[in-house]
This record gives sequence, structure tokens and C-alpha cells, in this order.
Amino acid sequence: MDSTIIIEKSVIILAVFAITMVMAMYSTLAERKIAAWLQDRIGPNRAGKGGILQPLADGMKLFAKEEFEPNTPNKFLFYVGPAIAMSTALMTSAVIPWGDRLHLFGRDIILQASDIDNAMLYIFAILSIGVYGIMIGGWASNNKFSLMGAVRAGSQMVSYEVAMGLSIIALLMMTGSLSLREISLQQEGLHWNVFYQPLSFLIFLICSFAETNRTPFDLAECESELIGGYHTEYSSMKMGFYLFAEYASMFISSTILAVLFFGGYNYPGMSWAVENWGVNIANVIGIGVLFAKICFFIFFYMWVRWTIPRFRYDQLMHLGWRILIPLSILNIMITGIVILRHELLAFLGF
Amino acid sequence: MIHIPDFAHASTIQIVFCVLAFITVITAFLAIFSRNPIHSALYLVICFFTIAGHYLLLNAQFLAIVHIIVYSGAIMILFLFTLMLMNLNKQNEVHKPRITRLGAIVSFCLICIVLILVFINSKPIEGEYIATGEDYQSIKVLGHVLLNEYMVPFEFASILLLVAMIGVVLLSKKEKTEK
Repeated sequence: MDSTIIIEKSVIILAVFAITMVMAMYSTLAERKIAAWLQDRIGPNRAGKGGILQPLADGMKLFAKEEFEPNTPNKFLFYVGPAIAMSTALMTSAVIPWGDRLHLFGRDIILQASDIDNAMLYIFAILSIGVYGIMIGGWASNNKFSLMGAVRAGSQMVSYEVAMGLSIIALLMMTGSLSLREISLQQEGLHWNVFYQPLSFLIFLICSFAETNRTPFDLAECESELIGGYHTEYSSMKMGFYLFAEYASMFISSTILAVLFFGGYNYPGMSWAVENWGVNIANVIGIGVLFAKICFFIFFYMWVRWTIPRFRYDQLMHLGWRILIPLSILNIMITGIVILRHELLAFLGF
Repeated sequence: MIHIPDFAHASTIQIVFCVLAFITVITAFLAIFSRNPIHSALYLVICFFTIAGHYLLLNAQFLAIVHIIVYSGAIMILFLFTLMLMNLNKQNEVHKPRITRLGAIVSFCLICIVLILVFINSKPIEGEYIATGEDYQSIKVLGHVLLNEYMVPFEFASILLLVAMIGVVLLSKKEKTEK
């Protein structure tokens, strides 16, 4: 294999890893600031100017805290749980196209760690593995509240995965490809999928709230019933890993929403910019646009968290199985009819 | 004749295969032998992952990912659910009557006979494979083949799954009304 490709891909992977980490770190600050803003408070403002160093201080605190272990026969699994949660939250970013291409050092650099054919399926596979981190951690804690939280989180994630997969099928029928790069390329200019598949977008959005265990779907850790859910027994950096994994997966699912439905790095007038300003400038603007979309979705997640109270467990299951799944099947049928409308009209004799 | 691989001159794929096969076999045995049912379920999950790795070595990307989604992501999670909630301790382990043990031994012997006969009579079918030059990694080709050549078995499989699903719903409903 070409060694320049290996260097190129390693740089991209390292950059994506660093960006995910920084975004997750500053999401914690943003969450507290937005909560404060919505509740008419000031929020953290002691560490650095306007609390800008607060995430570092939080990280230091988590590292320095006492490492507490419950009396469990499964010490190994107790450590494996947060590790799985963290690594699955980071793995998804491998297939996301961060931009079209850059022209540097006389070669085209595609801004994506790997462009596999089945990128969408890969994301679903990683999502479905993510449940293990929570299940194993909750079970190995040897605590009934942890186990209850883990089972709730697991069953919620498994049931919303179904609706999520079905909602995405309608989109895939339209794009005809599972590769995220191709899906991004198809949404050139303002041909964003959200205008063609609004229902699919809505279902996908609700399911991604459920998949990341965010309010209103955070029954897994609802304090009033379950203390802290699956991470009740965790302390120090292991607890930090669970929290960090939640923010990292929030960042990644915002990215997937932006790439699938809001055009990814595309913006109106991108082809004009490529012609007049060159590939590099146009694509740097594209990366900026993608991050603006991601930040909007992260803000949306936080906005919803501090606005809507959490569901009851039966409401959650009712919404998942009885409303979202039939709606997404209906969406698939409508999409199929619209795609085949000419054939259908010809068949009916018009 | 047993083929012994030459490790000094093995290609990367051979080394990867050997490592994967070793993990597959070890975790499969551990899944059977470990005392804790949850540990054995987790060993089985690792085993499934290595099998997905074998599919990747055979260039079957789609199959590998779907294998992970279906087996590791859905079926084993449901297994873990039930195991975690059932609280299987040594104290409340069901004592099996002698007739059940005898039945288990007899059925094991029968399976052994069937397997031995199959292995004796099986022949490698390498000669029958035809290289069509089509890329079976891509879902487009796979979808064409499934819905053109193998349309009827494909639809039958989906009907089978539907029937099983309806059956499960029916069983769980029936339990509720009896209470």
C-alpha cells in the first residue's frame, strides 16, 4: 500500500479523534451554560473567562477523585463497561465525510477516514454494540438499581433501533446508496434530504434522542427512581468515561443528522465557490458549514433536555413500537409509490 | 493430510486468519464451559465478532456487518436481558431427572452419528464455483441476485420470520388473559 495514504489517513483519524474529544469536552460546558441561560441563571463563570476552562477543571476533578470499586465478583467486566461505551462512541466517526476534498501537496485528499460501501450499516452495527457498554457495566456493578437502569437503557436502545433502521430505509430508497460520501455528494447545493424526507428526518431525530439516552428518553438514569441508573456504582474517571461517551455520541449523532438530512458539508453556492475561489477555500468553508450544522443540533439536544420532562416507561415503549414503527413503514410505502409513480400510472392505464 | 501452515512465510491474511480462528475456537469452548451463564453469553458475543472477521477476510463486507447487527446487536442482547433478570444461582438450579439426562446423552450420540456420516460423505465443491466477476460486496449486486434468482426462497424466509413473530405475539397475549 502507498505509504502516503497511510500517513494521510492517520492524520485524518487523529484530527477527527481530537475534534471529537474537544467537542465532547466543550459540550459539557455548553450544556451547563445553556441550562443556565434557559433557567435565567449565569452558569459556571469561575474557571477562566466566562468559565472557558471549566471542562479542564472538571476533568482534573474526575481524575483526582477516589477510585471506588463495589464488592462485585466481576471486576474485569466492571472495567470493560465504560471502555466499550467510550470506544463505540468514537468508532462511528470513521465513515463520516467531513468535507469533499482538499488539494494539498499536489494530490487530492478526501476528507474521510474510510469510504466503505456499507457506511450506514456500519453505523447501525456500532450503535447496536453500544448497548453492551451499558448492559455490562450495569450488571457488573452488582446492584439492583444499576441493573434496572441497564435493562431500561438496553431495551430502549434496542426498540428504537428498529424504528431508526426503518426510517432510514425510505431515505436509502431515494439515494440508492449506503455510502455516506455518495449521500453527501447527492445533496449538492440545497437539495437537502430533509426537504424530500421530512417524516423520515423526524423519526430519525426522535430515535437518535433515544439512542443517546438523552432527555426526554433518559429513564435509564432517572434520579428519582433509580439513583443514577447504570452508572450508580461508578466513580472517578470510569464515571467520566460514561459521561464523556454520552457527549461524544451526541456529537456523532448530530453529525450523522447533519450529513444524512441537512446536506453535510454542502452549502448553496458551493460549486460557484469551487470555480471562483478554488477547491481548498470552498471546502474549508464546507467544513465550517458542517460544524455549524453540528453545533446547531448539539444546541437542539440541550434545548430539548431543558424544556421537555422525561417520559414514563410505558409511554416510551408506546411511542417506539406503536407510533414510530408504523409511521416509518407508512413512509416507506409512500416513498415507494412516489418513486414508481410513472410505472404505476402506466400500469393503471393513464 | 493435515496442512501445517508455514508461519515464517505466511501472508498477513493467513496470520490474521490464524489469530481469528484461534479466538473463535477458544471463545466457543469457553462459552460452553464457563460456569456463569452471563460469562458464557459474553464469550459467545466475542465468538460472533471473530466470525464477522472471517467474513471480512472472505471479502463479504455486507454479510459481516449484518451478522454483527443481527447476532451481536439484537439476539445476544435479548439473551443477556433474560439471563441478567433470571438470577441463575447454584441454589436454584433445577435438578434434572435421570430420564432427561439419558435423553440428552442419546440425542448427543445421534447428532454425533449424523455429523460423522456427513463429514465422511461430504466432498469439496470447489470445482462447482463459477467466477462471475461480480462484486458481491456491493448491496446492489446482492439485492439483484436475491430478488431475481432467489426471489421465492427469499420471500419464503420472510414469511417464516413473520409467522414466528406472530406466534410470539400470540403466546405472550395468551399468558396475559389467563392471569
